[in-house]
Amino acid sequence: MKKTFRIALLTSTLLSGAAWAEDVTLTIESWRNDDLTIWQDKLIPAFEAAHPGIKVVFAPTAPAEYNAALNSKLAAGSAGDLITCRPFDASLELYNQGNLADLSGLAAMANFSPVAKSAWQTDDGAATFCVPMASVIHGFIYNADAFEALGIAPPTTNDEFFAALDKIKADGTYIPMAMGTNDQWEAATMGYNNIGPNYWKGEEGRLALIKGEQKLTDPQWVAPYEQLARWKDYLGDGFEAQTYPDSQNLFTLGRAAIYPAGSWEIAGFNAQATFKMGAFAPPVQAAGDTCYISDHTDIAMGMNAKTAHPEETKTFLEWVGSSEFADLYANSLPGFFSLNSTPVTMTDPLAQEFVSWRGKCQSTIRSTYQILSRGTPNLENETWNASANVIKGTETPADAGARLQAGLDSWYKPAN
Amino acid sequence: MASGKAVRWHIGVFLAPAVLVYTAIMIIPLFGTLNLSLFGKGEGGPVFVGLANFATLFGDPRWSEAFWNALGNNLWFFVIHMLVQNPIGILLAALLSSPHLRMAAFYRTAIFIPTILSFVIVGFVWKLILSPIWGIAPGMLDAVGLKALFAPWLGKAEYALTALALVSVWQFVGIPMMLIYAALLSIPDDVIEAAEMDGLGAWAQFWKIKLPLILPSIGIISILTFVGNFNAFDLIYVAQGALAGPDFATDILGTFLYRTFFGFQLQLGDPHMGAAIASAMFGIILLGVCIYLFAIQTRLRRYQF
Repeated sequence: MKKTFRIALLTSTLLSGAAWAEDVTLTIESWRNDDLTIWQDKLIPAFEAAHPGIKVVFAPTAPAEYNAALNSKLAAGSAGDLITCRPFDASLELYNQGNLADLSGLAAMANFSPVAKSAWQTDDGAATFCVPMASVIHGFIYNADAFEALGIAPPTTNDEFFAALDKIKADGTYIPMAMGTNDQWEAATMGYNNIGPNYWKGEEGRLALIKGEQKLTDPQWVAPYEQLARWKDYLGDGFEAQTYPDSQNLFTLGRAAIYPAGSWEIAGFNAQATFKMGAFAPPVQAAGDTCYISDHTDIAMGMNAKTAHPEETKTFLEWVGSSEFADLYANSLPGFFSLNSTPVTMTDPLAQEFVSWRGKCQSTIRSTYQILSRGTPNLENETWNASANVIKGTETPADAGARLQAGLDSWYKPAN
Repeated sequence: MASGKAVRWHIGVFLAPAVLVYTAIMIIPLFGTLNLSLFGKGEGGPVFVGLANFATLFGDPRWSEAFWNALGNNLWFFVIHMLVQNPIGILLAALLSSPHLRMAAFYRTAIFIPTILSFVIVGFVWKLILSPIWGIAPGMLDAVGLKALFAPWLGKAEYALTALALVSVWQFVGIPMMLIYAALLSIPDDVIEAAEMDGLGAWAQFWKIKLPLILPSIGIISILTFVGNFNAFDLIYVAQGALAGPDFATDILGTFLYRTFFGFQLQLGDPHMGAAIASAMFGIILLGVCIYLFAIQTRLRRYQF
C-alpha cells in the first residue's frame, strides 16, 4: 500500500516535471506596474506568437519599492529571469555583484548608439549588461483650451513663462501650475532637472560637474533653484501636502493650466483629460539661446545571472532589442521614446511634440544620475529634499547649493 | 538515593514547540542582526569591522544628525501617545464602565474598530481627509467659520509629525481603553460600595480607589506604547514615504532603518549600516524596558482581593 502510494507520488512528480519542460516560463521584474496591461495584451502575446515554447510573465512591483524588493529577491535567489534595469549605479551595482549577466555579446546590441548604452555599461564601457528600452523627455504639458481662452501662446523664454503664469493667476479660473512638494521627487525631477539643463548647458555642465570643474555652488547650478523658488506663488493652495497623484488629477480634471511633466505622463493624460493638450520645452533664458532638454535614458532590461533558462532569456532580450519591439513599445506607451537606432514612427501628437525637441535642442540626462549618487549622502535624494525646500521657501537657493556641494565633497573625489 | 527526583521530561516536551518556533523566528534573526552590524563591505565580501559601523553612526556628523533627528522625532511620537492616547483611553474606559451608560457595547466596538484596520487604510484615509485639495477637513472647518485654522498639516515640517502621531492615537486608543476597562471591571463592587458608604463622590472614588487599582495596567500600557512607538514604521511610510518628508520632519528610527537597509531610489541599500541602526534601536528599547521593569514595576503596589 505504502509502496504504491510512493510510486504514485513519484510518477506524478515526474509527469509534472515533464509537463514543465515543454514550456519555459520567464518572469520579468519591473517597477512599471502602470504598464501591466500593455505587457499582457500586446507585448507578451507578440513575443509568444513568434517564439512557441517560451511563456513570459510580467510581475511588477510598486515603483518606490522596486529597488529594495529586487535587491532582497536577488539576495534570496527568488528573483525573475529578466530584470528591468534602472539607469546607472543601481544596475551597475547589480552587475558588479554578479546579479546581472554581461550581455555585450547580444546581436541586438548593434541596434543601439553608445549614448543609449552608456547608462548600462561599466565605467570603462567594456561590458553592457542591459538592453536599452526607452528614454523619457522632460518639459511642460499645458491645457491648450485654457491657453486659447486666455490668449496665451506657449512660452519659449523665461519671461514669457512667468508672464503666462501671471496671466493665468490674474484670471483665476485655473491654478497656474500643478505641482506639490509632498512627495519631493517631482520638485527635483520635474522641477530642477527639467529646467536646469538650460542653465548648466546640458552635457557640458553635467560632465564638468563629474570632473569636478564645476561646483553645485556655481551660478549655473544655483540659478535653477532661484527659478524654482519663484514657482511657489503659482502653485495651488496647500501645495505642501499635495502628492504626485493629486497633481496629476488637478491637471487632468482641468483645474490647473500647466503641468511640469515627464513624457511618461502622456499615455495616462490622454486617457484621463477631456481637453486638448499641448507641450512646450523648458523655457530658455533669452530668446535665441540654444535650448537643452533632459532626454533621460530611463529603462532597460537585463538578465538575472542566476536564471535557470539563460538561452530562452537571451532570446527574449534579442527580441527586446529588435526594431519590432521598439515599434510596439513606443506606440503602446507614447512618452517612452525608443532608444533603438531604427527610427520609430509614432502616431500620438503629444509624443511627437516631445520627441521633436530632440531635433531643435541639445539632449542631456539628469545631472545626478551618473556616478554622483554613488556615496552617502546620496546626491539624488538630497536634490529631492533641496528642491522641495527651495520651492517651499524653507531653504535659500544659495544654501541649498552649498549644502549639496558639501555633501558631495564629503565622499566624492573627481578622477583628475 | 539515586532516584531522588524523576527527570520531568514532559516539561521539555511541552516547552519545545514554543521554544523552537520562537528561537527560529525571533532569537536567531536577532543575533543575526547584531552579528551583521559588526561587518562591513569589503572587496571580496563582508569583512569584520568590529564597532566601526557604530562609530560611523554616532561619530560621522551626517549619520549622527540623521540618527538623533530620528530619535528625537521618535521621542516626540512617544510623548504624544503618552499624553494623549493613554489619558483618553483611561477616560473612555472610565466612562464605559459607568453602570449608567447606555449602548456601552456599541461605543466600545466603535472605538476599538480602528485598531483592527490596516495601516495602509488608516494612512490613506487620513491623507485624504487632511488633503487641502480633496479633503473634507478644510470644508468642515469652513462650515464652522474656522477655515483660517486649516493648514496643509502633513506638508508642513512643524506640524506633520504631530498630525501623524494624532492619527496613530486615533487608531490605537482602543487598546488602552480595553485594558483599563478590563482592570476597572475587576475591581470588586464591595470596595466601591464601602467608599460610597464613607461618602466619597464619583470623582474622589476614581482618584482614591480606582486609579491606584489600575496603576499596574497603566504601567503595562506604557511599556506597550513605548515598544510599539519605537518600532513604528508603517504609518509614516504609508503617509509620507521612505524619505519621511517634509524635510525629514517625520523621520523616525523605523523609516531611517528602512532607507538605510534597503536603499531608496538611487541610494543603494547598506545591510551593515542598517543592522547597526537596528541594533541601536534594539538597545534603546531594551534600555527602556529595563528601566520600566527594575525601576517602576517593582515599586508598583499590587492589591489582592
